[in-house]
Amino acid sequence: MIHLSDVRKAFNQGKPNEFWALKGIDLSVRAGKVTVFRGPSGSGKTTLLTLVGCLARPTTGRVRLRDRDISGLPERFLTDIRRSTFGFVFQQFNLLKGISAVENVMVPAYPLGRCRTELSARAHALMDSLDIGPKAHSNAEWLSGGEAQRVAIARALINDPEVVIADEPTANLDSERSKQFLGIVETLKASGKTVLMTSHDPLVCDTEVVDHVVSLRDGQLVDTR
Amino acid sequence: MSPWLHKQRNLLDFTLSSLSRRRGKTLGMMAVYTSIVFVLASVMLFSHAIRREAATVLAKSPEVLVQRMVAGRHDLIPARYLDAIKGVRGVQSAEGRLWGYLFDPAAAANYTLMVPTNPRIEPGKVVIGDGVVRARSADPGDLMSFRAHDGALVQFKVDKTISRDSALVSADLFLVAEEDFRRLFGIAPGLFTDLAISVRNPREVTKIAEKIDAALPDTRIILRDEILRTYESVFDWREGMLLVLLAGSILAFAIFSWEKASGLSAEERREIGILKAVGWETGDVIRLKMLEGMVVSLSAFLIGYLLAYLHVFHFGAGLFEPVLKGWAVLYPKYRLAPFVDELQVATLFFFTVFPYTIATVVPIWRAAIVDPDTVMR
Repeated sequence: MIHLSDVRKAFNQGKPNEFWALKGIDLSVRAGKVTVFRGPSGSGKTTLLTLVGCLARPTTGRVRLRDRDISGLPERFLTDIRRSTFGFVFQQFNLLKGISAVENVMVPAYPLGRCRTELSARAHALMDSLDIGPKAHSNAEWLSGGEAQRVAIARALINDPEVVIADEPTANLDSERSKQFLGIVETLKASGKTVLMTSHDPLVCDTEVVDHVVSLRDGQLVDTR
Repeated sequence: MSPWLHKQRNLLDFTLSSLSRRRGKTLGMMAVYTSIVFVLASVMLFSHAIRREAATVLAKSPEVLVQRMVAGRHDLIPARYLDAIKGVRGVQSAEGRLWGYLFDPAAAANYTLMVPTNPRIEPGKVVIGDGVVRARSADPGDLMSFRAHDGALVQFKVDKTISRDSALVSADLFLVAEEDFRRLFGIAPGLFTDLAISVRNPREVTKIAEKIDAALPDTRIILRDEILRTYESVFDWREGMLLVLLAGSILAFAIFSWEKASGLSAEERREIGILKAVGWETGDVIRLKMLEGMVVSLSAFLIGYLLAYLHVFHFGAGLFEPVLKGWAVLYPKYRLAPFVDELQVATLFFFTVFPYTIATVVPIWRAAIVDPDTVMR
């Protein structure tokens, strides 16, 4: 579904502090599978996730979504692909403070011009399916880590994306909550979603629901299984 | 409803909830903004209304006044000048007027004495304006005495008072009979203070004035339009002076709003990053922030203008009254007729709402073009 060929990504290019986060990645991500990018801090796994999720463009190399080369597309087109194809669950969850959980869930759908009543019904349904229905009207900052993550997952799913991207999803959770998260991943996989995660948590990498583990070190692929 | 309308509604809903999240900042900003609009709109509404009031009052005054000049000073004009004027083609009517000022030591105020032609006042009686009523606590039937030019005492009985509706022009009026006026000031019959002339065709006023000037070289011709222009200059000058005084606070507001509107907090930057990461286009983010700016500035504008309207037309512009109206012992008590000029509203709107919205958008645009992946790092 997603193909990367000789992808490189530099930060501060041409400056004294130039840094190459990715140094020639060739990779294919298959649809309907769960793939984990594993590696130590600074190995380039989050950068790889941003390229796959159309949050950034590679410095060199090609990223293809199905048969379409998206590596050189302008920001507007990337945004369009991002919101229709990908749903994001960030490491810090990145919920907007001061507004309710259900409003946070609806935020990605606002620019699409969907009817508010239908949107609200879908947001509530998603929250119910993730067992956080009762917290729908709580402000985001009042939620616990596990609740906040499930709100973030509901937000990622509001536009019904094909791919769900999660950056270090278990980094802020205890083991029990991590297992609950993996249960949600299993449900997503069962419903046909492609799931991409970064993690160095063995609990995530060694679980049965994960189909592929891609190991990175110093911006290069070291192992795939 | 079309998707476009749904999108605008969703954006507006989100804008309102964004503003309510930063309640303190939003309310503070709106309070300062509203006060500035209130002050500026009050000055503008008041000056405009009083200029209109002057124009309405002057509309009833004679189109041309003729005064005799002796050695560069205004002097009494003989009645025979009326014959010369009536001979000028285009003059509809001409009549002599008697008016002057009388200082009343009891009230320490100057009255404007006039002899009305219609209705005539009976000798020994007086009709007084609202200001005189207040200054002397005089009621109909009371007696008022003054010293004439020769020291003799002249007594008047208050016949009635003039209603407060016309207080702007009648507050200090003291209407007496012709005989009493002449006796009080020692003016011989056949002499008038000036002559009031009305013309048939208003477009010929200047031409007729030229003819009178040529026929009576020792006179000064005063046109109604000239008086109106003088009034306008006086109020323009007062308005300008007040606006100059307010310029400091306007400048302070400009700096304050620029600082508040343009300074993006770390939290706001983070939010923009999140919105972009979850699929908002740069344009959507800018539209959202523009809406925020517009909601604040538009509400402040409407509230400020409404308060200014109430302040000027219902509470007599208490805050600026002394500066804009001037001062007198016999100060008229009157209520201005409400009037709103569209161009004035548009000007105020442009100079308050527009700069604020721009001040909000510029930094947002800078923040919104940042790559959305910053939120991942």
